[in-house]
Amino acid sequence: MTDCPVFSPRRIYAMVLRHGYLIRGSWTRLAEMVYWPFINVVVWGFTSQFMAAHSDWVSRAVGVFLGAVMLWDVMFRGNLGVALSFLEEIWSRNLGHLSVSPLRPLELVSAMLIMSLIRTLIGMVPVALLTIPLYHFSIFTLGLPLLAFFANLMLSGWAVGLAVSALVLRYGQGAESLAWVLIFALAPLCGIYYPVSVLPDWLQAVAWFLPPSHIFEGMRMVMFDHLFPGRQLVVALALNLGYLAAAVGLFLWVHHLARVKGLFLSMGE
Amino acid sequence: MTATAAAIEVENLEKRFADIRAVDGVSFTVRRGGTTALLGGNGAGKTTTLSILLGILLPTGGRVRVLGEDMLTNRHRVLPRINFSSPYVDLPHRLTVRENLTVYAHLYRLPRPAARIAEVARQFAIGDLMARPAGKLSAGQKTRVALAKALLNEPELLMLDEPTASLDPDTADWVRSSFQDYQRRTGATLLLASHNMTEVERLCDDVLIMKQGRIVDAGSPRMLLDRYGRETMEEVFLDIARRPDDLGSSAA
Repeated sequence: MTDCPVFSPRRIYAMVLRHGYLIRGSWTRLAEMVYWPFINVVVWGFTSQFMAAHSDWVSRAVGVFLGAVMLWDVMFRGNLGVALSFLEEIWSRNLGHLSVSPLRPLELVSAMLIMSLIRTLIGMVPVALLTIPLYHFSIFTLGLPLLAFFANLMLSGWAVGLAVSALVLRYGQGAESLAWVLIFALAPLCGIYYPVSVLPDWLQAVAWFLPPSHIFEGMRMVMFDHLFPGRQLVVALALNLGYLAAAVGLFLWVHHLARVKGLFLSMGE
Repeated sequence: MTATAAAIEVENLEKRFADIRAVDGVSFTVRRGGTTALLGGNGAGKTTTLSILLGILLPTGGRVRVLGEDMLTNRHRVLPRINFSSPYVDLPHRLTVRENLTVYAHLYRLPRPAARIAEVARQFAIGDLMARPAGKLSAGQKTRVALAKALLNEPELLMLDEPTASLDPDTADWVRSSFQDYQRRTGATLLLASHNMTEVERLCDDVLIMKQGRIVDAGSPRMLLDRYGRETMEEVFLDIARRPDDLGSSAA
């Protein structure tokens, strides 16, 4: 009991189990994970069906909006999955207990990322399957690049979610709305529903620093031109790894700062 | 007192928050196997001191050794060997008692989680609460569950922040007996921050009295009663609390 590994999969498992219990025991949380992706897909599905009949551009790729909606939701859910796992600890006033347990900050981060993946899959897989009978569109036809898109967008979501969690830890629950707000500030720049070239030149320069911009360009490349977006994926991955490393660093630094300022016992409902 | 005989050694501990000196040059030792109380009014520095000892607050200055390890550099070697309970820190409300204990059993990497959980459930008479959400328990039941969690890893050092606050006298008495049983059985060290003088008199071998971030007196309850010529620890506490300027002896 006195051995103390620097990184323990068992402690990460404990935290995943903690959130698994929470989700299992709360149908509202479970429903919420599927509800918003479902609503998004329904709204955009019918919109794109209408536009397909009236727009030559869209008629070339009926699924372009649906694909964009679902991939955007992957990033959004990835972000929310991380931030919510952290917020749940604050809402339940459990952070004090966790902070005096042997759980290390990097293990907490790892558990939050794993929970984010689980939450995202719970939300997205049923919706992705639903679009097949509903709109005769399967995102799975994107093939192998879909996996790369998914992985990249999860990394982007994790980076934002960790940054939000760090801000909540530093500035308190007043900052918790950032879990929903911050990522939407990036949406107009990411070229989700339109090419980045639509943006003004100076904004395009900013957009190319955002990994999702490359992913959504890549998605359109697959859908319109049936080309493998190798360059886009590599650039997105490089940017994502940089941002994720920075976000992990920020979270760990704020975690240390919380010990200086005594934030752990004072946070709660 | 040698390093091996001390569970906690604190030297010149300081914690400042901006201009406020929450802990101001405190030094003390807590011997292994004993029960020590940190006494003091609100804002005396008890919780700040306890937080530093637990490693969730970094001091501005000074040294802290817990169970022979430097808490500032080797905190993660100490944490599996200690535990903490406070009525001001909750377990997740929506998880059942069993789920909560299971999570913490894994966090402490216990070798046989189910067997250990069954053992503490029997010890704290919470067997019939295991399937209930933690948020649906009464104050007394929550305290028993929190103590079960705090003793899951059989800590060598147990730190308690006002362990019987908001409990009825019967439950509070039961909780105190549980501490004494645990200590007799394992030889663990107990450090508690408390306002409850009856509790301190009954449980503690040593008392550290804090005021304005300093330790203003220390000794066994008997010694303090004799020193102040009082019948109860409450009277001693009031004498110290109402003393205008604290130049009392410092603990070492």
